[in-house]
Formats: sequence, structure tokens, C-alpha cells
Amino acid sequence: MREWVVPLVLFAGLAAAPFAGFGEGYALTLLARTMILGMAAVGLALLVGGAGLVSLGHAATLGVGAYAVVVLDANGITDATTVLPVAIAAAALFALATGAISLRTSGVHFIMITLAFGQMAFFTASSLAAYGGDDGYTLFSRTEVAGTRLLEDRLAFHYVCLGLLGLTYLFCRAALAARFGRVLRAARENALRVRAVGLDPYPYRLLAYVLAGAIGGLAGVLLANAAEFVAPSYLSWQRSGELLFMVILGGLGSLHGAILGALAYVLLEEWLSHLTEHWRMIFGPLLILSVLFFRGGLAGLLAPRQRR
Amino acid sequence: MSPELLLVQALNGLQFGILLFLVAAGLTLVFGVMDFINLAHGVQYMLGAYFGASLAAATGSFWLGLLLALPAALLAGLVLEFLVFRHLYDRDHLAQVLATFGVILFLNEGVKLVWGAAPLQMPIPALLEGGVALMPGLQYPIYRLGIIGAGLATALLLWFLVDRTRAGMLVRAGATNPEMVSALGVDIRRLFTLVFGFGAMLAGFAGVMAAPILSVEPGMGDTPLILAFVVIVIGGIGPIRGAFVAALLVGLIDTLGRAAMPDLMRLFLAPSPARQAGAAIASMLVYILMAAFLAFRPAGLFPVRTG
Repeated sequence: MREWVVPLVLFAGLAAAPFAGFGEGYALTLLARTMILGMAAVGLALLVGGAGLVSLGHAATLGVGAYAVVVLDANGITDATTVLPVAIAAAALFALATGAISLRTSGVHFIMITLAFGQMAFFTASSLAAYGGDDGYTLFSRTEVAGTRLLEDRLAFHYVCLGLLGLTYLFCRAALAARFGRVLRAARENALRVRAVGLDPYPYRLLAYVLAGAIGGLAGVLLANAAEFVAPSYLSWQRSGELLFMVILGGLGSLHGAILGALAYVLLEEWLSHLTEHWRMIFGPLLILSVLFFRGGLAGLLAPRQRR
Repeated sequence: MSPELLLVQALNGLQFGILLFLVAAGLTLVFGVMDFINLAHGVQYMLGAYFGASLAAATGSFWLGLLLALPAALLAGLVLEFLVFRHLYDRDHLAQVLATFGVILFLNEGVKLVWGAAPLQMPIPALLEGGVALMPGLQYPIYRLGIIGAGLATALLLWFLVDRTRAGMLVRAGATNPEMVSALGVDIRRLFTLVFGFGAMLAGFAGVMAAPILSVEPGMGDTPLILAFVVIVIGGIGPIRGAFVAALLVGLIDTLGRAAMPDLMRLFLAPSPARQAGAAIASMLVYILMAAFLAFRPAGLFPVRTG
């Protein structure tokens, strides 16, 4: 029961936020951004924390999802029943293709290769002249739900994001608790032993990679809708690094940590960029310090004390 | 594409490959010896370019700028090693990735604060100005040939240092079994620092040489860094020889692909979509190459024999 307390409080807080002083347009925009990035970070946490696979190209899956919205939008298709499955399938397919190759390696090679594939997606997006190229693409309209422009309403959009984030969280948590997740964790600790008991970690890891990709695609759809604009910078490798930072900042041991990490990241970015134009000069050292000294992450701080 | 243009593009590719080799060599040495993944290696290349450009402007001489930029790049590398990287050798790759990512954020923004966001220019030295006639009616800039020459000389020097000197022997031994080298009485930490500074200087050297032909701007190290990763994946971690061949391969394929792909696509498509599709495919070529290598030669071009 106790491991549900922090996530429950977190989700309740997000649900109550619009009525607790955060109902203004700008606050809602920040919250939506938090939840969307948090969703992508939860997917990444499944990969990094669960399977021990450090992907430095996760932003590419968001980009594939967002660009699927763009391509459909340019062809006049904006209905959610088409947009969502297509975008998620596109991101999952991208993850399947790149994951099948990347997972042949491990450790530092895996990091470099996911980074390289992410960069490939970035340059591909930049060269899509029909969809704005480097300058990006402004959507004609947000995705329509059941023929209505539900997502145009900020409050409705807030709860759609929250609902999907909750579903994503529950899904990933269930996946990690199932046999699938146990194999992933076992392979993370010792792949050799997993093989020795007759299981090949490869298909499990590939499935985890594809799941994280599909979640990234979903987050990409929401991200495109939140800004009504998509640019190659969504896929930049810095964004992948930031997502990884959210996961670590929140703490590797838990999935809700990723959401906490996203929240902390968005607030920090917001606060520092108000302070100075060169906020990255403060943010970079903070990142370094948090890696060096803050090992358990935010979720570690909030976690109930382990009895020894 | 005419044969003249092909020759020019091949030389450009060679020159690009040489620069990539200088970046990748430091990266692979550092990784090989310390099992340390350093994303900030690209900003060391950028710092080299900034040091070179501003020192050349201050002294009024390209050569003095180059000469002073090398120790400056070395110093910057050593300072980073002392402040940040040293505390990460015992940590996992994830921590190394994030902390060095923090260094990138800091330094990319830092150069903006110090030198401004506008690109700097570095003049080509008078000695290497102008072109040389490769064929009747075909001029090629001497400076680019100079880069190729300097890079080849550096590669030779590097091979000599790693393969023929005592320090190089320790580096190779350290890459294979650091505990054993340490047990034999070698100060492995000092060796790490040495290799690190040397790698930073190589990247800085590449940055200075690239400065006159590229624009010196924040973030200029990101693309070479990622391509250097591709080079290391193709060439295999550790051996300098693998990095050299792979860097030239990546440089040539990337440059020739960008030049030739739109023309190739025109065989199948109308001019306008051909240009777009060509550009898209050209930017993916090196990554496709990398994927192919992973599929067929996962250990790289020259796998290290173990056991």
C-alpha cells in the first residue's frame, strides 16, 4: 500500500491544480508540458530503470509521433481515431527498427547508437521541406475528438493529458510487475544468468524499447497539440538528454519519480530562465552536482524508509 | 556529376574525415583506457576553435593563434578532468552521460556569454591562401589540402606514440586491464589524466583547423561529437587504426552523399522531390552505414582479439 502514497498524492495534486491557483492560461500550459514530458519520461524510466538500457535518443520517438500529426494535418486528417493510432504505430515502428539494431550491442555502444539514430531522425525532420524543414510546421487545427474541438479547451486538455499520463503510469507499472518486467530486471542485473535459465533477454528488451517508443509517440501527439506547432528541435539530442535527466532527477527506482523529475525540470527551467537569459550556465552545473551527490533522486527522498 | 566535381567532393570528404578522426581519436583513447564516455568531447573541439579564433585575432597571426590555442585547449581539458570527470570514473555510464551533458550545457552557453552568439571568423593564413590547380581549370583551396596534410601527420604521430613508445604501451595495457597495470606500480590516475589532456588537445587542434572554413559558433561541437560516435561504432573501440579508416569512410560517404544523392534521385523522381528526397537520404547515409556495420560486423572494423 505504502508505495502507492506518493503517486496518489502526485496525481491528486495534478488533478486539483487547476482549482488550486494554477488555473491561469500560463500555469496550465506549464502543467501540460510537465505531464507530457513526464509521460515520455515514464516510458524512458521503464527502459532505463526497468531494463537498464540507457537510451540517448528517446526524443526521436516524440518527434516521430509529433511529425505523424503534422503529416496527417497537412493532408487534412485531424480526427483522434486516426491520428492517435497512426502516430503511436509510427513511433513504435521506428523504435522496432532502430531497437532491433541497437539492442545487438550493450553498454556504451548502445548509448552511442541510440544517440546516432536520434540524430538521424533529427536531420531527416530538418530536411522535410514540405513540412517546414528547419523552421517547423504550424498545425491547421488541433486533433479533434469525436468530431469536437475538445482539445482547444485548456482545462479539457489538462485532464486529457492527466488521464493519459495516469494510464501510461499504470500500464508501465503493471508491465514491470508482470513476468515481463521481472525478466527485464533480472537481465539488467545479470544477463548471463537469465540466459542460463533458458531465457533470451533480447525479445524482452526489444518489446520494452518498442513500448517506450509507443509511449513517446503518444507524448509526441500531445506535445504537437499543446503547441500547435512542431519543429525539428523536438527531436534534438539535447531533448533526449533532458528526458534522461528527468528520469535520474526523479530517481531510477520508481516510475512516478520520472513524473516528479519532469515537474522539477519544468519548474527549474521556468524559474532559471526568468532569472537570466544564460540560464543553462546555472542548469548545467546543477545537473552535474545532482549526478555527483543526489543519487536516490526525488522519489528516493519521499520514499518510506526501508527497514533493514 | 562531372569527374572534376567528384574529385573536389572526394577531397572535401577526405578533409572532413580527417577532422572527424582527430575528434574520434581522443574519444576512443579516453573510452578505451578509462571506460569513460565523454559527451563533452565535442565542446572541447568547440573551445579549440574559439581559442584559436580569438587568439589569432588578438595576436594578428594564425600561427600564433594555433600555437597558443593548443596549450589552452589542453588546460581546459585538464581543468574539466579535475573538476568533473575525475569523480565519474567509478560511476556507471548513465552518470557519466548526464554529468558530461551538463558540461555541454554550461560551456555552450558559456561561450555565448563570453564571445556572443554571433559566429566568429578566423582568417586563413597567408601561407595557405589561394588555390592550387589540380587539373586544368580546377582550383582547390590550399588550406583544405593543408588540413589533410596536418591530419595525416597527426595520425602518424599518434600511431607512433601509441604503438612505439612506453607511454603508449601503458595506454594499451591500461585499456586491456587497468587493475593489472595499476598493480604493477603504474600510477593509473596520472595516466588517465595524461590521456585525457592529450585527447582534449587533439579535439582542440581539430577545432582550430576547422575554424577558418566553418563558422565558430556555440554548439558547433555537437555534430562532430555524434559523428565521432558513429566513427567509433564502425571502427571499434580502442584501436586507432579502426578510428582512422572509419573516420575517412564516414567523411567521404557523408560528403559525397550530400553532393551526389539529389542527382541520383533525379533518375527516379522529378527535380523538386528529387532534391528533397536526396537531401533526406543523404543526411541518413552515415547512420545507415553504421546500422549495416552493426548488423554484419558488430565488433567494428578491426575487432580487438581477446583471450
